[in-house]
Amino acid sequence: MKNKKEKINKKTLENEEEIVVKKSKLSLRQKKMVLGYVFILPWLIGFLLFFVRNLASAFIYSFSRVTIDPAGQGYSLTFAGLENYIFAVASHASFNRTLAQSVGNMLLDVPLIIFFSLFTAIVLNGKFKGRTIMRAIFFLPVILLSPAIVSALESAMNMLVEGVSTIPPEVRKDSGFSIYYLFVIFTDFGFPLVFLEYIVDAVNRVYDIVRSSGVQILIFLAALQSIPGVLYEAAKIEGATAYETFWKVTLPMVSPLILTNVVYTIIDSFVLSEVVEIAKNTAFTNMRFGLSSAMSIINTLIICLILVFASWIISKKTFYYN
Amino acid sequence: MKLAKLINPEYYAREKYRFKTKCKDTLIFVLRWIFLICIAYVILGPIITVVSNSFMSIKEVYNPLIYLIPMNPTLDNIKIAVEKLNYLPVIYKTFSFVLLLMIIQTLICSLVGYGFARFDFPFKKILFGGVILTIIVPIHTIMVPLYTQFRYFDIFGIISLFNGGQPINLLNTKAPIILMTITGMGLRSGLYIYIFRQFFRGLPKEIEEAALIDGAGAIKIFFRIMLPNAVPAIVIVALFSLVWQYNDTFMTSLFMSNAEMISLRLPNVAGSLAQIERITDPRHVELITNSAVLLTILPVIVIYLILQRFFMEGVERSGIVG
Repeated sequence: MKNKKEKINKKTLENEEEIVVKKSKLSLRQKKMVLGYVFILPWLIGFLLFFVRNLASAFIYSFSRVTIDPAGQGYSLTFAGLENYIFAVASHASFNRTLAQSVGNMLLDVPLIIFFSLFTAIVLNGKFKGRTIMRAIFFLPVILLSPAIVSALESAMNMLVEGVSTIPPEVRKDSGFSIYYLFVIFTDFGFPLVFLEYIVDAVNRVYDIVRSSGVQILIFLAALQSIPGVLYEAAKIEGATAYETFWKVTLPMVSPLILTNVVYTIIDSFVLSEVVEIAKNTAFTNMRFGLSSAMSIINTLIICLILVFASWIISKKTFYYN
Repeated sequence: MKLAKLINPEYYAREKYRFKTKCKDTLIFVLRWIFLICIAYVILGPIITVVSNSFMSIKEVYNPLIYLIPMNPTLDNIKIAVEKLNYLPVIYKTFSFVLLLMIIQTLICSLVGYGFARFDFPFKKILFGGVILTIIVPIHTIMVPLYTQFRYFDIFGIISLFNGGQPINLLNTKAPIILMTITGMGLRSGLYIYIFRQFFRGLPKEIEEAALIDGAGAIKIFFRIMLPNAVPAIVIVALFSLVWQYNDTFMTSLFMSNAEMISLRLPNVAGSLAQIERITDPRHVELITNSAVLLTILPVIVIYLILQRFFMEGVERSGIVG
């Protein structure tokens, strides 16, 4: 009976296919191929017209002197070799320093953001009362991600931390607590100074870190929820403690997403870095398009190098379930 | 009877275990809430300050007895901020533009994501690598060529042909951003394409096959079957798209710097206060800028709170993590 049914099914399928072939003179596979292109067509046009073309012209600009025609008829390029690159690295007033600073900050922030967001995701993933409200609060920074709003909120945060800053310092009571006191105590205990400085720095940047981990928490949370419960049950039956379960089940299962989050964090910090601001001012205030392109390309190349290096290291440790 | 119960070693063991787990639960509860409240304070602190500042009069700021909660709340700051931002017309214009972009972006990215998820065509892997490239290489790298491209806009000389040999200037119109969004190159479009592709890959193929056998075309299948099933991904992408476009200053200031967008007007409030209103007291300026910030973030926060539940569900159900 079953065989018969299958045969009939196959027959009808073949018939369908034949009909399709007759209709359009294309096989189903070819038809699907064409349809695939139809679906991605808008993107393909944009990719070629706006992305590839402009990436190429950014390279060309960076190797040339761009002069804008005063009559507004267009612009002309003259080949200048490495002039723009040399100027950006060697002679520009602040490009060098800002670039180094932003890369340094990024390298500092990335591990902190990853640890913080993973930890937060685990805490928020637990079942407890008020979870929905807490989640809503933790993703608030994602929707307030705008340079103007961020800077305004930052100054508001400083005000809050300083308290009533309008009180003259003579009247203000000294809080009597200084972080440097702790610093001295821990160095006396023999903590390595580099490690201590890193922690103090991390505490100082807590606002930045919390603010920029919204999407990462989201991704980790989704990852935690996609871990099959069977694994936890098995671990429990085998007698694993919560600690072991974390290291042997949770961490390997979310490890692919660690890579995603590292990449996302690096790109995000790049987009919000001051280097972009400098490049923008160079182009649209000083009208030095070539130099600005060179700056952007230097920055992008550095970021790409870091990305490649980071993903190479992390992918070695990544565990893929499927 | 009671004595027997107390002497029973099993009872003791059980009670001990119960006590232990109770202690553990309480400890976890306390630690979790300490962590959550601390971080929530970091996130909400600035927002609370902004709200409190918006309703505080300048006299009360200098009163050291008043902290955060104003004694006589006023609407003066907000009135000035509304006037400076030209609030209602600007917010209307901003939202009509941002909503349009949101619809276009969600539609285009879902189409492209579906194309990449379900069709096999030559160069698919390379093209999808292109999508990843648009995520990794930020738009800042190509801002200069993009700027000149839209300043002297032309496609293979077709436009010059009709415009008397002149390319057209699309800057300071809505066209550049809309064109880029339609062609899948809008703000973070790559990320949305990625999300949709992951989501569609996770849906069972059988639904489409059934529809195909019933004689539905690919376009019909997409709009009638796939899109209604993709609601979680749509909610996420639509919310991100709306909020990030609303907050964006980069694209808008690059292509339409004269536009009446709220994200562009916000940074100018402080300057115009000093020059036009002759308000020179920095604390007073701060109160008014804070009111402006409150007015700016209010709509997104309201939208976020309304959509929050769907959003969380979307994160849990969508294949954001692959």
